[in-house]
Amino acid sequence: MELISPTEFGKETIKSVQDYSLLAAHSVANLFRKPRYFADMIQQADLIGFGSLPIIVLTGLSIGAELALNSANTLQRFGSLPLIGQLVSVGMVRELGPIITGLMVAGRNASGMASELGSMVVTEQIDAMRALGTDPMKKLVTPRVIATTVMLFFLTIISDLLGLFGGAVVSVLLFGLDWHQYWNTAYQALVFQDVFMGLMKPLFFGFIISTIGCYYGMTARGGTQGVGRATTQAVVASSVLILVVDLFITKLLMAVFSYQ
Amino acid sequence: MAAPPTAIEQRAPSETGASSNVIVFENVSIAFEGKTVLDGISFHLEKGETKAILGVAGSGKSTILKLTLGLICPDEGHIYVLGDDVSQMREDDLFELRRKIGMVFQESALFDSLTVRENVAFRLLEEGPSEEEVDKPVREALSFVELENTVDKFPSELSGGMRRRVAIARAIITHPEILLYDSPTGGLDPVTSTTIIELIVKQRDVYKTSSLLVTHRIQDTFMMASHYFDRKANKMLPLPKGQRGEVPMTFLILRDGKAIFDGDVQQLAHSKDEYIKEFIS
Repeated sequence: MELISPTEFGKETIKSVQDYSLLAAHSVANLFRKPRYFADMIQQADLIGFGSLPIIVLTGLSIGAELALNSANTLQRFGSLPLIGQLVSVGMVRELGPIITGLMVAGRNASGMASELGSMVVTEQIDAMRALGTDPMKKLVTPRVIATTVMLFFLTIISDLLGLFGGAVVSVLLFGLDWHQYWNTAYQALVFQDVFMGLMKPLFFGFIISTIGCYYGMTARGGTQGVGRATTQAVVASSVLILVVDLFITKLLMAVFSYQ
Repeated sequence: MAAPPTAIEQRAPSETGASSNVIVFENVSIAFEGKTVLDGISFHLEKGETKAILGVAGSGKSTILKLTLGLICPDEGHIYVLGDDVSQMREDDLFELRRKIGMVFQESALFDSLTVRENVAFRLLEEGPSEEEVDKPVREALSFVELENTVDKFPSELSGGMRRRVAIARAIITHPEILLYDSPTGGLDPVTSTTIIELIVKQRDVYKTSSLLVTHRIQDTFMMASHYFDRKANKMLPLPKGQRGEVPMTFLILRDGKAIFDGDVQQLAHSKDEYIKEFIS
């Protein structure tokens, strides 16, 4: 591996951050500039949203069920088993639903975007698009960013509901809890701040997944090896950024709502 | 679109003796990662002319085409295309200009997830007409390259030569004012190469399109300089003796980042430069 000086490394890092910020800013600004590619947005929404549905259904169900299964033992010791619905609903809606959905979609779609756009870069298809008078940022990046941000919001709602359902199935079948009691405690435990926080996060996560995926794709260099590297980097960077941003958003919203 | 620069309008006639330049390079230099690729290159392309850019691999031939389209920016110098200084233009303005230019990429650069029809119609569909309205021009463009029966195929289902011909159809569908060919015959067998050259000659002689042709195959350029497209026979024919070189065709040879030759086939054949003699032998 080639060694580079700390100064060069610093310059390259700052340039990467600058390029990423520009891409992210343009992807939003392009919404207000013509031409707008609505058909491409719908196509991407279908690929990203509907395409991710199977993994979201499976992970949502299993996370909810596992949350109920793991917490039941502790709650039982204190004779508080009926509170299981409360625990599952707050855990899923506030934290686990958005973050698990974000990480799953990052694994599936940030890699997909990076590899697709990266392949287009190394085979000169992006240059060809520019040569044909079409802005790849408007045609390829903006539809992916909008579609991911919107669809992650709905996928998170689905994941939350399925998580609650998974928790309900475990609570009823394994611990003999009353079905209505579970849903009643789950519903009553939620307050506006929980729901708001849980639905704000996917908007940020969707933006991170798509802009990171597109950034690594559009900057891929070095043939097929470069595309592979871009794909890996996109998944790693978007997953880490989701976890870090989640921490800050949670803290910020808690401060805003004076909420614990 | 930016107004044509007055400086070049005044200078071009005095320097070149022609006011119909569609492309002008003025002292253009560019370096990649500290390595100079083009070092003060100057040349011009007249309306209706085809200029073959020759040179060894890595001499900056393809870079000239990318600079012409504004895909990359020069470190120094100015590039005027259809009167606009592309070296000073914003990307948004360049998209307008690029719609007047067609480019055939080295490896075709067809969109692999789109069919041949969608690839050829790409530029038209971007401009807004419905799918039905683009059918006629797509058929015409594919008929020009004799590939009408590939409409619904994907690029991966075509041979290298066919992909190159589809790329030509995509470039010419809007009848651009300038065509840029990047090694259109590179890696192809002699028969397919001749077919591609015939298409380029047809575009030059029938549609009078100004073009830059990058290649390292000197034999292709000599064929272009010694043949014309006969509309009646609908094929490329050799020029009669005595008329050799009387087609709008010039040559630009690059060496070590500099243009060492810029002239027609007669001047090239009589060049005293040892490198050029060896290059064309």
